[in-house]
Amino acid sequence: MATKALTLYDTTIGKKAVMAASGIILLGFTLGHLSGNLKAYAGPTEFNEYARWLRTMPALLWGARLALIFAFSAHIFSAFSLWKRNKSARPNRYQKKVDLATDYAAKTMYLSGPILLFYVLFHLVHLTFGGQLFGDGTIFGIEGYTWEPSNPYNNLVHGFQHWPIVIPYVLGNLALGVHLFHGIWSMFQSIGANHPRYNQYRRDLAIMLAALLTIGNLSFPIAVMAGYLEPTTLRFNFPELL
Amino acid sequence: MKTKTIKLHVWRQSGPNDAGRFETYTAENVTEHMSFLEMLDDLNEKLIADGKDPIAFDHDCREGICGMCSMVINGYAHGPDERTTTCQIHMRHIFDRGWDEVWIEPWRATSFPIRKDLIVDRTALDKIIQAGGYISIRTGSARDANEAPIPKPIADRAFDAATCIGCGACVAACPNASASLFTAAKVGHLALLPQGQAERMSRVKSMVATMDELGFGGCTNHGECEKACPKGISIDFIASMNRDLLKSLVVDRGDAEAPDEGG
Repeated sequence: MATKALTLYDTTIGKKAVMAASGIILLGFTLGHLSGNLKAYAGPTEFNEYARWLRTMPALLWGARLALIFAFSAHIFSAFSLWKRNKSARPNRYQKKVDLATDYAAKTMYLSGPILLFYVLFHLVHLTFGGQLFGDGTIFGIEGYTWEPSNPYNNLVHGFQHWPIVIPYVLGNLALGVHLFHGIWSMFQSIGANHPRYNQYRRDLAIMLAALLTIGNLSFPIAVMAGYLEPTTLRFNFPELL
Repeated sequence: MKTKTIKLHVWRQSGPNDAGRFETYTAENVTEHMSFLEMLDDLNEKLIADGKDPIAFDHDCREGICGMCSMVINGYAHGPDERTTTCQIHMRHIFDRGWDEVWIEPWRATSFPIRKDLIVDRTALDKIIQAGGYISIRTGSARDANEAPIPKPIADRAFDAATCIGCGACVAACPNASASLFTAAKVGHLALLPQGQAERMSRVKSMVATMDELGFGGCTNHGECEKACPKGISIDFIASMNRDLLKSLVVDRGDAEAPDEGG
């Protein structure tokens, strides 16, 4: 049989493998991100120390950022390319079509994906570049929400006292949960990680991780609004965070 | 014997270039013992008697093994029953669901152009087979059954894949009109058996590349194909095909330059 010289990116399967691999990187980041942020429950000093510690290794920080940007781009680019192909594979839709196996999460990946993209941009503008973008002024013009450069803890807690921050955060994290519910299961299938003995656990793992991340992330605004996490009056001086 | 009148909305398209539209018919005196296709045969007799163009649809064996019949019935590829082809649907199955009104559509996919009414051209699936769905060595005369030892579970799995009748319901049911389940079944049954090993890597590459070239969508793991498949072929075969393809990109040496044996 005549075979073609294929590269990974030539085939639809290769693109899905790229999506799976970049998805694993992004999933790893979200897990690390959550576990770091749980320091908020340990107290303002611990949280701020952790934030400072992250900035003490610029090479590692930028290495991770570049890897994430690369993974994000690869994920979006592959998704877009597959989306275009899949659209053109069936231009005329059915008058009637019944879903037998697919679920809400799988059908809305092209919706939860872009929501996540916009959410991540919002989240970066808010908490990563907030200081540089808004100076010492009010974040997004929200009255009473001023930036404290050396105090990420207060920037977090104060933020969740305002609905314009809470609403996109909640929506973004719900989209994350839905996206991961399909994405994590799907990645096993895409890279061909299947075995009759373990297949049943793929869905369980997807549910577990999606729930863990969604509940964990949503715990922050809930804790702030319930008054469990309160702004600190402590003052910090971390030049690394400026 | 239960008899009913059924309202049918049937996709009519005079040829490949016609835009096509739904037309409504009334099938009278439909008995519960008629098969779905007999109900259409009956309606066609009436259309012919009235001097009208009968509804064109594919069919051959009418016992669920040839893979010719192909219709989306009220949103279900091959009708609402699991593991059945359109020809195996009887009107009692339709009555049981309380359906008085039935929408009948052809498989819809760019790679399956509509020829007429409910008939689509599934040559694309043959082209995927031609790209590698065979073993090109000369096998000689039949060998002793146990000469090549194959464990029973492996033989069973290979057979599960080999039950594919190439009807295209997987493509029809897939939200992306992907032929992944078909290709995976054809790749899979050979990949499981000793005779298929020599060309295993080049086969998967060639068949997947051809599948993509023909304009089918990609698999996004919805699982619709598995449920629509009249043979119940598992999407596990898609995962196995994915694994083989990814492996072939890494371990397959010099395949690109390999001459075409030509068969």
